[in-house]
Amino acid sequence: MTAAVEIARNVRAGSRSARDVVEEHLATIAGREAELHAFNLVLAEEALAEADEVDRRVAAGEDPGPLAGVPVALKDNLCTRGVPTTCSSLILEGWRPPYDATVVTRLREAGAVVVGKTNMDEFAMGSSTENSAFGPTRNPHDPSRVPGGSSGGSAAAVAAGFASLALGSDTGGSIRQPAALCGVVGVKPTYGLVSRYGLVAFASSLDQIGPFAGSVADAALALEVIAGHDRADSTSIPRPAPSLSAVLDDGVEGLRIGVVRELVDAVDPDVGARLSAAAAALEAAGAKVDEASVPAITFGLSAYYLLATAEASSNLARYDGVRYGLRVDGDDVGAMYGATRAAGFGAEVKRRIMLGTYALSAGYYDAYYGQAQRVRTLIIRDFDAAYASYDLLLAPTAPTTAFELGAKTADPLTMYLSDVCTIPSNLAGHPAVSVPYGRGDDGLPVGVQLLAPALGEATMFRAAAALERSLAL
Amino acid sequence: MPLISRDDVAHVARLARLDLTEEELDRFAEQLAAVLEHAADLATLDTAGVSPTAHPFPLVNVLRADTVGRSLDRDEVLVMAPEAEDGRFRVPRILGEAP
Amino acid sequence: MTTVTTTSWEMVVGLEVHCELATATKLFCGCRNAFGDEPNTNVCPVCLGLPGSLPVLNRHAVELAMRVGLALHCHLQPSLFHRKNYFYPDMPKDYQVSQYDEPLNVGGALDLPDGSRVGVTRAHMEEDTGKTTHVGGGGGRIHGADHSLVDYNRAGIPLVEIVSEPDIRSAEQAKAYVNELRAILVAIGASDARMEEGSLRIDANVSLRRTGTEALGTRAEIKNLNSVRSLGRALEYEVRRQTQRLEAGETVVQETRHWNEDEGRTSSMRSKEEAYDYRYFPEPDLVPLAPSEEWLAEVRAALPVLPADRRVALAAVTGAAVTDASVGIVVQLGLDDLVVAAVHAGAGGRLALNRAANELAHGVAPNPAAFAKVLQMEGEGRLTATQAKTVLAELMASGGDPEAIAAANGFEALKGDVVAAAVDAAIAASPGEWERYAGGEAKLAGFFVGKVMAATKGKADGKAVTALLADRLAARSTGENW
Repeated sequence: MTAAVEIARNVRAGSRSARDVVEEHLATIAGREAELHAFNLVLAEEALAEADEVDRRVAAGEDPGPLAGVPVALKDNLCTRGVPTTCSSLILEGWRPPYDATVVTRLREAGAVVVGKTNMDEFAMGSSTENSAFGPTRNPHDPSRVPGGSSGGSAAAVAAGFASLALGSDTGGSIRQPAALCGVVGVKPTYGLVSRYGLVAFASSLDQIGPFAGSVADAALALEVIAGHDRADSTSIPRPAPSLSAVLDDGVEGLRIGVVRELVDAVDPDVGARLSAAAAALEAAGAKVDEASVPAITFGLSAYYLLATAEASSNLARYDGVRYGLRVDGDDVGAMYGATRAAGFGAEVKRRIMLGTYALSAGYYDAYYGQAQRVRTLIIRDFDAAYASYDLLLAPTAPTTAFELGAKTADPLTMYLSDVCTIPSNLAGHPAVSVPYGRGDDGLPVGVQLLAPALGEATMFRAAAALERSLAL
Repeated sequence: MPLISRDDVAHVARLARLDLTEEELDRFAEQLAAVLEHAADLATLDTAGVSPTAHPFPLVNVLRADTVGRSLDRDEVLVMAPEAEDGRFRVPRILGEAP
Repeated sequence: MTTVTTTSWEMVVGLEVHCELATATKLFCGCRNAFGDEPNTNVCPVCLGLPGSLPVLNRHAVELAMRVGLALHCHLQPSLFHRKNYFYPDMPKDYQVSQYDEPLNVGGALDLPDGSRVGVTRAHMEEDTGKTTHVGGGGGRIHGADHSLVDYNRAGIPLVEIVSEPDIRSAEQAKAYVNELRAILVAIGASDARMEEGSLRIDANVSLRRTGTEALGTRAEIKNLNSVRSLGRALEYEVRRQTQRLEAGETVVQETRHWNEDEGRTSSMRSKEEAYDYRYFPEPDLVPLAPSEEWLAEVRAALPVLPADRRVALAAVTGAAVTDASVGIVVQLGLDDLVVAAVHAGAGGRLALNRAANELAHGVAPNPAAFAKVLQMEGEGRLTATQAKTVLAELMASGGDPEAIAAANGFEALKGDVVAAAVDAAIAASPGEWERYAGGEAKLAGFFVGKVMAATKGKADGKAVTALLADRLAARSTGENW
């Protein structure tokens, strides 16, 4: 099918051309994109040209890279030189960055072919991809449902076979939650493992780029390519990319895995049942599984919505109509600012800018932002305590399967609760992966999450691969 | 009493340079109050003596050498501008000095 | 201006000095740190604040800031960058990255040439803003302009903001503080400190209080001080303004005021905007800065001798007081090595100081050997003061050998006995004046010097004549005692 590992192997071996791979994927896109709206922009011609370049390298005997000919989709908040990067916002409509994000450079150097920029919740703020200025993306498993968000376009693109791999960004669950809802693998790496240079910031201390893939092995290959130190990002961890593909068959024999008690209660019964099945499968594969507790994570949602919005309020100040993007004229510069930002940002972005501005404003900083930062410390402490007894933690990814479009748009707080299981990893800066694990009562995909301490990706991927194998049994 | 008043919302909108409609002010006042009410659970945690976490992965002294790198060509800079004049970004009149 | 009683009010001034650091590149990116380039040519995604770009701190900028801290006797501490949020077109990200409540340098002091000491509260790092040009309306001013144009070449250039304690008590002291600070910044290579190019910018906080009281009065912050002279004028104006208000029973409003150099007055800068709320929070895109002991030691070891220490050394060599004005001037001119060399070559310390401070301020200083030679000739009476100055001027203009210059000008100071003879002749010719001079009319010395000068056609050394007159007077007194 579309496995990245297999495509790369065949293209590298010269047994299949990259052009053939890309043409096949473009045909799949042509067949269903109008229905799903996974992309803000399909780069058909550019992709074919890139594929031809890969084929030329193969023909010339050059190393075409570990992702040779693999079609990838990029969330539209990753900067691509000369190619519109909109964050699904009117305020950036038409903006063409003069530079590539580090991950884009690394993908290209690895021989991957970019097939398009995917739809998302505006500035990655949302859990359903309904907050896009260009219309929602639909779930390939049931187009009446959302794909999750904010990286819903990337999740849907992989689920629909539009691309073998996709990149998203995860600030509070924006890779893992849509991965779960679309039935694909989604990885949020350790904060600092993947360079953020060129990722349009939502909340800088929480954002991480990660891959979507159809399999754990594909995700491992993608992460190996994009991870590793980057001097352009001060928060990039000065270490080389971890070796993941090599450990996938190592099994979970003897691993201590704790099921996070506080998150089990937060989900629908059918989702909980799949979590229990995953725990049993890991145990059957040789892991020691029992219940773990991370008490402070119940405060994660509150801390997250203050920290993320505060950082966002500052990160999004630059969209002011002066240097790039939308401008709505005003009589003076202040009037221009107010009118531009009012017209350019959607309701959810405005709401979060407002909340974040308030959380930082005079007289409230300590009670809101300061307290949230201290609670963040408590959450990290509780994770550390849990990891003294466990190698990994197991948790649901999302409380429910994919919900209907419009089901949660009226009440922001209800929508925010979609991220309750994923947010703790962002606050702690830890890695987590969502692995599809069967279906719920409604027949829609369910994901389960494996959580690891900082830089615990290798162990996490071992367990993820074991889970995946258990499903195939 | 809600945790944020409509006046607070209007003040915050000015700080954030967002021209909000009356209807938006009403709606945001209600929605932000609900979120803040949910977040009030944070105040119940005793965080005395707990240091704040600003960065999840502790690094210090990340520095670059003072060597000149590539700047952008002015053409590719100004092509992004909503309005440019004389090699510069043009903006409407500014009413006050920088603070 | 109506007369005001300034005697009962004491001026209290604190200065905030922004100094652009002399790095090759900007604070957070590799764009050139240069003045006067074509607009928007030294810009990149980072300093333009393009979406997705991230800052990386310039090591050399940190080292220069550390030098500033060490030179100002600050305590250097671990530091955190914050974001200061406000909207303004010259700020690409609509926040400024600045060290807020955890600055790199705290608790220092600056010693002035007059011996006074001004405390330095902090010296923190931050990024500069872009430059705005106002079009239409009057003379490039913001008020009445039709629109404005922004150049981001300056955006992101590293700054150190040096904040003084409110220890300054006069306009003269404020000027001396800035001059001394500039000398230090230049000496340590931290900045070219050119006010005319904006690489050094000053804001002044000014208040008054009743002489003898401790509590600080309400202050006004004065901006747009583009030269040391402006600083002095603005402070003098502001003191008059605040005194008048206070004398009239009014209060001073806490506000920012703009100095208008042409009108010679400050005016309120109150804008329509509501009070700023900067919403500081830790910059998540940068990690903490914590200079190690080794790094600090390395930077400290590379520091040159500072002006205050050079003044002490110069005073010791020349025998002058460390607070002597000439000592300060010579160090400021960078001529202390020259003076020390001349003294070691046998020149008198006082003479060397005076000649260096007064005659060598402008132009190329003579080489040490030539300078010492001129001083030696003058000391031996072979050149008069006037002649020595002429020789020094020629040396600076075109170099050469002092002996040859003196000869070419026909300078040959009169031999001592010729001068003595002229003095005795003058005394003999004016017995009445001599009696009055001997009786205590000291100003008549000038009368006799004039007579001697006339008789020697100006070739006598005025100082030698005065000394001879004193000598004759002493001999006369001694004689009477017999």
